[in-house]
Amino acid sequence: MTEPTTDRTEPTITPETIAAHGVKPDEYEHLVSLLGRTPNLTELGIFSVMWSEHCSYKSSKVWLKTLPTEGPHVIQGPGENAGVVDLGDGLAAIFKMESHNHPSYIEPYQGAATGVGGIMRDIFTMGARPVANLNALRFGSPHHAKTRRLISGVVSGIGDYGNCIGVPTVGGETNFDPRYNNNILVNAMCVGLAPSDRIFYSAAAGSGNPVVYVGSKTGRDGIHGATMASAEFDDQSEEKRPTVQVGDPFTEKLLLEACLELMQQDTIIAIQDMGAAGLTSSSVEMASKGGVGIRLDLDHVPQRESGMTAYEMMLSESQERMLMVLRPGSEPQAEAIFRKWELDFAVIGTTTETGRLEIMHQGALKADLPIPALADEAPSYERPYQLRKPPAMIAPDMVPARGSIADTLLELMGSPNLCSRRWIWEQYDHMVMGDTVQRPGGDAALIRIHGTNKGLASTCDVTPRYCQADPFEGGKQAIAESWRNLTAVGADPLAVTDCLNFGNPERPEIMGEFVGCIQGMAQACHAFAFPVVSGNVSLYNETNGVAIPPTPGIGAIGLIADLAQSATIALKPDQVILKLGKTRGHLGQSLYQELATGSYNGAPPSVDLEQEKHIGDFVRSLIRKDLCHTVHDLSDGGLLVGLAEMALAGGTGFTIDELKTDLSPHAYYFGEDQGRYLLAVSAENANIIDECALAASIELTEIARSGGDAITLPHESPLPLAALRSAHEAWFPGYFAE
Amino acid sequence: MKAGVVVFPGSNCDRDAAVTLQAVTGHPAEMIWHGDTDMPDCDLIVVPGGFSYGDYLRSGAMAAHSPICRTIVEKAKRGVPVLGICNGFQILTETGLLPGILMRNASLRFICKDVYIRPERTDTIFAAAYEAGKAIRIPIAHKDGNYFADRETLDRLDGDGLVAFRYCTEQGEVSDAANPNGSQRNIAGLYSENGRILGMMPHPERLADAMLGGVDGRPLFQSLVNSIH
Repeated sequence: MTEPTTDRTEPTITPETIAAHGVKPDEYEHLVSLLGRTPNLTELGIFSVMWSEHCSYKSSKVWLKTLPTEGPHVIQGPGENAGVVDLGDGLAAIFKMESHNHPSYIEPYQGAATGVGGIMRDIFTMGARPVANLNALRFGSPHHAKTRRLISGVVSGIGDYGNCIGVPTVGGETNFDPRYNNNILVNAMCVGLAPSDRIFYSAAAGSGNPVVYVGSKTGRDGIHGATMASAEFDDQSEEKRPTVQVGDPFTEKLLLEACLELMQQDTIIAIQDMGAAGLTSSSVEMASKGGVGIRLDLDHVPQRESGMTAYEMMLSESQERMLMVLRPGSEPQAEAIFRKWELDFAVIGTTTETGRLEIMHQGALKADLPIPALADEAPSYERPYQLRKPPAMIAPDMVPARGSIADTLLELMGSPNLCSRRWIWEQYDHMVMGDTVQRPGGDAALIRIHGTNKGLASTCDVTPRYCQADPFEGGKQAIAESWRNLTAVGADPLAVTDCLNFGNPERPEIMGEFVGCIQGMAQACHAFAFPVVSGNVSLYNETNGVAIPPTPGIGAIGLIADLAQSATIALKPDQVILKLGKTRGHLGQSLYQELATGSYNGAPPSVDLEQEKHIGDFVRSLIRKDLCHTVHDLSDGGLLVGLAEMALAGGTGFTIDELKTDLSPHAYYFGEDQGRYLLAVSAENANIIDECALAASIELTEIARSGGDAITLPHESPLPLAALRSAHEAWFPGYFAE
Repeated sequence: MKAGVVVFPGSNCDRDAAVTLQAVTGHPAEMIWHGDTDMPDCDLIVVPGGFSYGDYLRSGAMAAHSPICRTIVEKAKRGVPVLGICNGFQILTETGLLPGILMRNASLRFICKDVYIRPERTDTIFAAAYEAGKAIRIPIAHKDGNYFADRETLDRLDGDGLVAFRYCTEQGEVSDAANPNGSQRNIAGLYSENGRILGMMPHPERLADAMLGGVDGRPLFQSLVNSIH
């Protein structure tokens, strides 16, 4: 075996160089033993990104394996670019959610934009046309000096990328919490559609097959992005700006069209997008999955800058690039397609039988590494963890009443965490592609599957304050809420993608949060037969030792067989409003508690998974039987907030004559008990539903009547909808007008 | 009616336009690749929305210099009806087929929402199926839709009846509050002098299907079908 040449200009490997690459001393020793010699700088660079937390999942792997990943609809679970689920009639949904937290904090516009670009590439790499984008955003306190600039940059970055490429951004969620002040979260989800018999995978095969590079040229941007995303922040984090990539949505649009055009032919053996760790991770992953070797000649890599070294090219995270292994002889027809779309196309290497990654540059062998050492033999840790004892339940009356219920509602509906997100989603093209059936603002986004009468529902959910208080219950609740949101529009929940955002896993209490959330999620996924088919882990979301709340973001999709049988939250006049599920007035960790006491305390509401499933299946059956087309699930803010959201969406008020409860009014109205839905139906259907609920042993209460242009509560002056609407709509525009 | 939809690199409402055209005309639209100079014979040329060439220069500026645009200008001058929607409107102003320019929205932000617009005339091939003076609900989705022209041009447009649509309230009242992007005189769409070219920022193709929440865009395409064949 010849040893790769070491450039005389290359620094020698010192403990400082190793540390600067984020490689721990014991990891370095392991590396040297796997290699049987000392690596050169290029090789150390390649190892450092492949073994980074971001690429290797070394802290999370053992726990991710405990999540259920299989089901009758699952075509492809975790391990590929995205998860694939069968939709029937020859179609499959391909979807995934991914974080771009660290870059978005450092450079919000480009960080968020390239997050959207990256997740869309994961989807079309597999042969799917992206049809819906969603995003889950967590910002710090609105009063924090940076928050305004961060929101503004993130939202326009997401908008400019998705709008240009022409994929609608149809849903998502946004929260504020001071614990995100120095570590915001930007999680982007994309859903695509593909013929179920034409899905493309990343496992390379054969020997002597051409390895082809397509898309943008390689520059020096984003070098070490994956390493940056695998470390904590400190006061100097903004100096990391050069590690953030720059997005070019126009090139991505061309790449999308060119790839989908090539995929009509039978020329691709394997395809992988160049995301984190660029050329390194794409080539290693393809080789590793296929059990082959890859030899690259970097002289053929299209380059944006001159004088780039092998190290820089292998570690660049320039965007809008793909790597493919093609059937030999098919290069000319593939090249013609990429030339038509004015994109670079270059054969940069071949597959080999050596099982090694060999990198040639300017006639010299710059790296020669065994593929298994980079991938399968990457470190995997069973990190020590410490589970937290959940806090005690807080009885409803431990949280004080605050006078007028209507005034409290008005205040909550105009607060940062409950106000209208219109200011955000109007900056996203949510209608392009002509299939958006339900625009943002409902329980789940709903698009029509193009050319059919079927609907695809999607949602993003998690309640970080619940996870902070009790990771296990919070993890359960995140899955339950996504399942409930899909149910509320009438969809059969199909599968989950997760985006697990946590602090430093080397701290046992943080690892305990991770383990707790995973255990809760796994239990809920099992209960609903709701498998996790793709996902992403983002650790080290902390600054100067202060971590974010545990935030296991859940993205989920569901299918509606006939769009005529779907539901919206919009209240219509002259209907009876029914509440399904039990109200216990749980105020611990509620938004009301924060308003009334200034903090979140006690245990979060727990989810009774069996009841949850029973009630959800019941709601879906009512929608299927055409008994109900107005449904809203209850979550943040509780019953009265849910009612108010329905009223605003439909432009119709409601009246509650008397409270049918033994609870104090504030606990009844604002408690965040789980597993509940509101339905609005005709009086006639209300009777039928009442009987069905009785037969199914589901608690059903008739709580209000719709109509008029005000919210009328017992012993309160009517709250005009117009006043509620202006409070609800005013917060975001007001915040940015300041 | 046989319609052709031009596809530039970066067009992204080409399929939406084709779907609506097919639904209204009953015939598939011909997709015309930007690199081609010879164009199939069409009764209507649609320049769709999107971000042609990424719009990294001024919106529409690059596309206006593409080979296909020379053909579009020629055909337009011979009287072939042309409909430019959103980026298509921006491109038509850049080619000089329509006067003025679309600047960055007054808010400096992208805006996607339904707005009301008022057809200023209903005696044209594009608007005959609308009711005079009655507002219609059509979505906008743009960052550069703020129409600007000098006073002389604006007076001429008004005087010659070349304003096709103005942003208005639901009741049809043209006001500052109803202007989503800062456009001069609330201009949302313009006709050429011969009335055969229409450029507009709102997307009529997006609300022509009840499943998507409205059908006010449909009469525009119906008008074309009725007046062309």
